[in-house]
Amino acid sequence: MAKLKTQSQFAEPDAAYVTLVEARRGLSVEDAAALDTRLALILANHIGDLDVLKEAVALAKAAA
Amino acid sequence: MNLPTEPTEVPHKTLYRYGYRRAADQDARAAVRRPVVVVGAGPVGLAASIDLGLRGVPVVLIDDADRIGEGSRGICWAKRTLEICDRLGVGEKLVARGVTWKLGKLFHGDDLVFSFDLQPEEGHKMPAFINLQQFYVESALVECAAEIETLDLRWKNRLIGVEQRNDHVRLTIDTPDGPYALEADWLIAADGARSTARDLLGLTFSGVTFEDKFLIADIRMAADIPTERRFWFNPTFHAGQSALMHRQPDNIWRVDLQLGPDADVAEEQKPERVSARLRRMLGDRPFELEWVSIYRFNCRRLDRFVHGRTIFVGDAAHQVSPFGARGANSGIQDAENLAWKLAAVIKGEAGDALIASYESERMQAADENIAHSTRSTDFIAPHSAAERALRDAVLALAPQAEFARRMINSGRLSVATVYNSDLSTPDQSPFAGSARLGAPLPDCPIRRKDRKGHLLESLAPGFTLLIFKNGVSPRPPAGVELATIDEDIADPDGVLAQRLDATPGSAYLLRPDHHLCARWRSFDYAKVAAARDRALGRY
Repeated sequence: MAKLKTQSQFAEPDAAYVTLVEARRGLSVEDAAALDTRLALILANHIGDLDVLKEAVALAKAAA
Repeated sequence: MNLPTEPTEVPHKTLYRYGYRRAADQDARAAVRRPVVVVGAGPVGLAASIDLGLRGVPVVLIDDADRIGEGSRGICWAKRTLEICDRLGVGEKLVARGVTWKLGKLFHGDDLVFSFDLQPEEGHKMPAFINLQQFYVESALVECAAEIETLDLRWKNRLIGVEQRNDHVRLTIDTPDGPYALEADWLIAADGARSTARDLLGLTFSGVTFEDKFLIADIRMAADIPTERRFWFNPTFHAGQSALMHRQPDNIWRVDLQLGPDADVAEEQKPERVSARLRRMLGDRPFELEWVSIYRFNCRRLDRFVHGRTIFVGDAAHQVSPFGARGANSGIQDAENLAWKLAAVIKGEAGDALIASYESERMQAADENIAHSTRSTDFIAPHSAAERALRDAVLALAPQAEFARRMINSGRLSVATVYNSDLSTPDQSPFAGSARLGAPLPDCPIRRKDRKGHLLESLAPGFTLLIFKNGVSPRPPAGVELATIDEDIADPDGVLAQRLDATPGSAYLLRPDHHLCARWRSFDYAKVAAARDRALGRY
C-alpha cells in the first residue's frame, strides 16, 4: 500500500525548488552533500513514518 | 565480547587461586552419571550452577583453570542481572563492592551533546548499573557456590571429549591426575566465546565479524571524574575515532579507544604506545596500566542453543560487541532462564517443551542483543565515508534537535527481554502500568511483616500468584505460592498497584524467574492452573 505522496504538494513548486537551490548556492559538492544529509534527517523525522521513509528511499534509489 | 588471541604484554597478577582436588568420580570403575554437568566457571556457569543448586539439583561444575582475575573483562552489570544475583544471594555484596551509576554522557568533539539517565523508575532495590571487575563477581559467586553442598566445583578439569547419547552426554575430562569419564543427563556449556564444547560437537557460528579494532585498557588513576559513562565521537585527543571511559572500584578506569580496521595489533599493545594515547586523553594525571588488550568483535550466535542433552548459554551460544554491556548480562539471564526450567524437567514437573522454550526465549534475547549491537557498531564505526557522512549529520544536528540526539547510538544498554513466549497466557483484559506480560516484574518498595523491603526479594523461589486483596484469599493451584497484597505484603504508597495497574482482586502469575506470565482482573482457579501448566510448557 503506497503511502508516499508523489503528486505535487506545494502551491508554488518553483518557490520550493528555489529554496533548495539557494540553500546550496556557493557550496562545494561535499558541503552540499552534507547539507542534504542533514536535510534528509530533519525531513524524515518530520514525516515520522517508517513506511513512507522506506518508500522514499526506494523511489530515490530507483531514480538513480 | 570476543577476547583477543594475542596475549597482553602488561602482566596482571592472579587475584584468586583455587586448588585442584581429586574427585571420587575419578576413581570410579565405570563412568559416574550426574544429573547436570556445567562446563565453564565464569559468571554464567557459576550462576547456572548456583541457581540449580538452590533448586535442589546436584551439579558438577568443571573449569580448565584454577584461578580468576586476569584482566577485568566485563565491568557493567545491569539491574536485571543484579536482581538475579540478589536472588542467588550475592546481589547486595556486588552492589556494595561496585560503583553505582545511571548517567551516560555523550560528547561530539569535546562538546557535551547530551546526557541520559538509565534508571527508568524509582523504588527498585537494584540500581540501573554497577561497574565491577568481572573477577569480583566471579569470586563472589565462587564463595556462594561453596556454600551449596550439592554443588561440586572442580578446578583444573578440562573438557576434552563429548559424546551425545540419546538420554545423556558422555564426557571425557582431563585433570592433573589424567583423564576420567563422566556421564551427564544434561550438559550445560558455559565455556565462553571459544567454547570447547561447541568445537567438540562441531558446531559453527553464523554472524558477522567487524573489521574495526579497539584498544581496551584498565588503568589505575586517582581522579575526581564523576561516576558516569562517557563516550566521545571524534574527540580532539583521539581524532577521527571514538572513545569510552568508565569508572570501576579501586581507582580503576576502563578506557576503550577505537583504532580503525588497519591498526597493528602488536604495535598498539606496547605499553609506551598505549600510554602515549592515554596521555593525550588524560593530560597530566598520573596513571598506571593494569590490563591492556586489543579486540575485534563479533555479532553472531549458534543456530540452535539446545543440541540433544547439551545446552549452550552465554558467550558459548552468542556474542555481541561490548557497547551496551549485553555480553555477560545476557549470559547470566540465559542461566536464570535455564535453571528453573531444567530443575522442573529433572524433577518431572515439565517435559522437553520447557527446554525448547529456553531456546526460543533466549534466542529472542540474543537476536535483540545482536540487532542492538550491530546498530551501535554501524553508528560508532561506519562502514564507509558515505555512511560516516550520515552519522556526522546526526551528530551535527544533535545540539539543536532532540530527534537527532535520540539517533546517537554509542551502545543501547542492556535491559531485560520482554519474552514473546508461548509460556505466557495472552491478556484477556487490558492492563496499563510499567509491568509487561513476558517481562520481569518491575521491582517496588513494599513492607512485609512491618519491615521495609522490596517486592522481588520477597518472592518465593517457585511460581507466585500476587493477588490484590478483595475479600477472602483464594486457595491457589498446586505449585503456586500465594502472596496477597495488603495481607502478606503491604503496598503502603500504592506504587505496586500503580506499576501493575491493579484493581481489587487483580491477580498476577509470576514464573520462578519473576517474569510475568499471566494476569487477570479477578482470580479464577482453573485459569490460574492452566496458566501455570502453560508456563511449564504443558500446552
